[in-house]
Amino acid sequence: MNVPVILDRRSVLAGAGALIVSFSMSEAFAQDQTPPAAAPPHPPSLPGSLKDAPLLDSWVRIDADGSITVFTGKAELGQGFKTAFQQIAAEELDVPFASLKVITADTGLTADEGYTSGSQSTQYSGTAIQNAAAQVRELLVAEAARRLNLPVENFRTESGAVIAPDGQRFGYGDLVADDMLHVQAQPKSKLKNPATYKVMGQPVPRVDIPAKVTGGEAYVQDMRLPGMVHARIVRPPSYGAELTECDTSAVEKLPGFVKVVRDGNFLAVVAQKEFQAIKAMKLLSAAAKWKEKPSLPKQDDLLRVLTGLKSNDSTIFQQSNPSATGQKTIEAIYTRPYQAHGSIGPSCAIAQLVDGAMTVWTHTQGVYPDRQGIAEMLKVPPASVRLIHVEGSGCYGHNGADDAAADAALIARALPGMPVRVQWSREQEHAWEPFGPAMVTKLKASLDGNGKIADWNFDVWTNTHSMRPGGAGSMLAAQHMAQPFAVPEPKPIPLPAGGGDRNAIPIYKFPNAQVVHHFIPAMPVRVSAMRALGAYHNVFSIESFMDELASAAAADPVEFRLKHLEDQRGRDVIEKAAQGFGWRKGQKAPPDRGFGFAFARYKSLAAYCAIATEVEVNRETGRPRLVRAVAAVDSGQVVNPDGLINQIEGAILQSMSWTLYEAVTFDDTRITSIDWQTYPILRFNSVPENIEVHIINRPGLPFLGSGETGQGPAAASIANAIADATGKRLRDLPLTRKKIKDAIDA
Amino acid sequence: MMTLKVNGHDHQIDADPDTPLLYVLRDDIKLNAAKFGCGLGQCGACTVIVDGKAVLSCVTPLLLLEGKQVTTLEGLGTIDAPAPIQRAFMEEQAAQCGYCIAGMMMRAQALLQKNPKPTDAQIRAELEPHLCRCGTHMRILRAVHRAARLMDTAELSSTTQAIVHGSAP
Repeated sequence: MNVPVILDRRSVLAGAGALIVSFSMSEAFAQDQTPPAAAPPHPPSLPGSLKDAPLLDSWVRIDADGSITVFTGKAELGQGFKTAFQQIAAEELDVPFASLKVITADTGLTADEGYTSGSQSTQYSGTAIQNAAAQVRELLVAEAARRLNLPVENFRTESGAVIAPDGQRFGYGDLVADDMLHVQAQPKSKLKNPATYKVMGQPVPRVDIPAKVTGGEAYVQDMRLPGMVHARIVRPPSYGAELTECDTSAVEKLPGFVKVVRDGNFLAVVAQKEFQAIKAMKLLSAAAKWKEKPSLPKQDDLLRVLTGLKSNDSTIFQQSNPSATGQKTIEAIYTRPYQAHGSIGPSCAIAQLVDGAMTVWTHTQGVYPDRQGIAEMLKVPPASVRLIHVEGSGCYGHNGADDAAADAALIARALPGMPVRVQWSREQEHAWEPFGPAMVTKLKASLDGNGKIADWNFDVWTNTHSMRPGGAGSMLAAQHMAQPFAVPEPKPIPLPAGGGDRNAIPIYKFPNAQVVHHFIPAMPVRVSAMRALGAYHNVFSIESFMDELASAAAADPVEFRLKHLEDQRGRDVIEKAAQGFGWRKGQKAPPDRGFGFAFARYKSLAAYCAIATEVEVNRETGRPRLVRAVAAVDSGQVVNPDGLINQIEGAILQSMSWTLYEAVTFDDTRITSIDWQTYPILRFNSVPENIEVHIINRPGLPFLGSGETGQGPAAASIANAIADATGKRLRDLPLTRKKIKDAIDA
Repeated sequence: MMTLKVNGHDHQIDADPDTPLLYVLRDDIKLNAAKFGCGLGQCGACTVIVDGKAVLSCVTPLLLLEGKQVTTLEGLGTIDAPAPIQRAFMEEQAAQCGYCIAGMMMRAQALLQKNPKPTDAQIRAELEPHLCRCGTHMRILRAVHRAARLMDTAELSSTTQAIVHGSAP
């Protein structure tokens, strides 16, 4: 009985379309109620996120007036995919770009697509929208054909209408019946021929930029609900600190005071106006007494700290060919410190409890998992909580967004009816965000007599790279309550994507290879997902070590990589970047400058990216300066080339900042990098002269996630250029001015 | 109660004199462009123009602004009638998340008002107090150069128009 939910277009063609569609629709509702156990034994595989949300109208809705809405469960974080999705939908629906609108992550409206993470939005959600839009268009054509009793082949679509052979136009709004799109998607769609694309592949200007450059309401920070009050959190001064005393009497006398909300170690104050809330926070902060305990490891000895913690070890890759033997062996250890997402706008959320229903406006990357966590924290059913994504400042992974959402919900519960806006301070964001985990990698490899790698050993030690919510225990507010929720057991993210072992398995072909993931459950510092996860450091390590091996083999770094790489698309981006840079074998950089090269395929399954760089090093001060970078990227079918270039440029500059400047600092008790003075990042005086991005478009091939593909290659390319400029190899991130100077002087 | 002139309009502000301008703009006057980034004068997201100069509104108390002219990004132009600097940032697609951009634009605007033809080095030096985390710097620089050209053209065409209407000096 489950079979009829899949719309059979041949039956539609045969003339019973509308009937079958509505029949299918009621069956589809029935399907909604069916427990998973009763699902068909071999459900057809649906493209992208259609797998999880197979009904077409979860993705595309058309109203009788012809207005079209496209839904995605993903959140716009500044990557520009909202525009890209609008392009995809407009293309496959055959409507003008401006004629439809895109609704993003909202537990009240959109499909559950989990987190917006891992460069998967276009790959999964974009693919779902593309196929759903194509299938909707087919249904509309079929409906027009049914009405005229003619074969569908005789119809075409144009600008939101189906055109009959005699030129008669049927607007989509006239064709669509109430439930026509409430049907299961088919495994295969009649996608357009890429050669005919009019909107996809074009550098369509981003839909969100005009408001952002004219002071429009663009972010959750800009929302002002009627009667809204302002809350500030007084966070503990350190992990595990306990609130022992808090006299609130002085705060209560302040003008505009609304309420102090205290629940165990969770402390917040609410005021009418924003600056009143800030003043109240300062006063309350001074009144609060905390018992702290030193619990942090040694910040400057992460190698020993990480390799000294208990780890669960698993061999994630093994390859052996006894006929290949090495003659010359080299080893190296690379380290990465804890690093911060460092969003420019500290986290913010608004929550409101009305008649038992909690609504939270948040810049979280996962409205559904967050709803789960907040419902658990408040001990209410998830259905009574709605999370609506509203853009925030760029997050680059799991920053304070989810915590701020929980903060707002907890405070709003104490003030029924009132919209409560929580804004974190700069210091809170820097001290309390979950950091990108520290990492250690040990590499060992041998070259054979022909200068080829005969064996390769790679070991990586690190924490989990995702402590994102799902349960309340991942959120600070829930951890700090009088009846706290325990931090969940950390789990590794399974391969092939991987977490700390993301990109640990080399893309190159070596006769003998072993890769071991040392997963460390203990988390002395709060950590979670940061853009590219383990791939940043693993690619930095692999691609630095490839240069070390190339040097040992007296080979050109580009040629050396190509010698070990079979993947043709990988070879193509390497050659393209090398050509764009003007890379020539044996070429010497100008004095005090160096050339570097690096490459990776993100997650071994997403976009390919190769980056060549030129770096200048001031030998007196050690200061490195990225002069220029040339990248080549293959993301499969390109949706918006300018958006893709923007992402790669951004990846290079952000990764350069991580690589040259950034490390979270702490003493034995507190995080001490709490603002932009103590956690310096890239400023304009270090911005390169030029960044060039070359796209290798692959018309018709699947979309490949690109938002994080540049992070690893940029780091290694810069490190390799510094080694080329100075003759010294630096392996401990960040590659600071002082480390370079010390290496030069050594 | 104090009178504050913002984008050419007088506003009666009922806030403590030590309130930083940023909160007056956002909370009392309900403007969006000036952003809270650090509250410490370290990132530039809150930058506005006061009497022609770029100012960090998060560390500038209200009491210093009596009788001064405050301009925010909203005061330069609108989506339908964007100012040259706004057009330039749209045309260069100079934003990712865009959170830092309004502040960048205000400092660039102040620079271009006093130096209509800045060199690349001058633009970089001027934008030094500003942080961008998405790595949009190359586009921001291009957008400021483009704004300079657009302002130049705008001035030229208004001069040309004036000549046509016979009112040129």
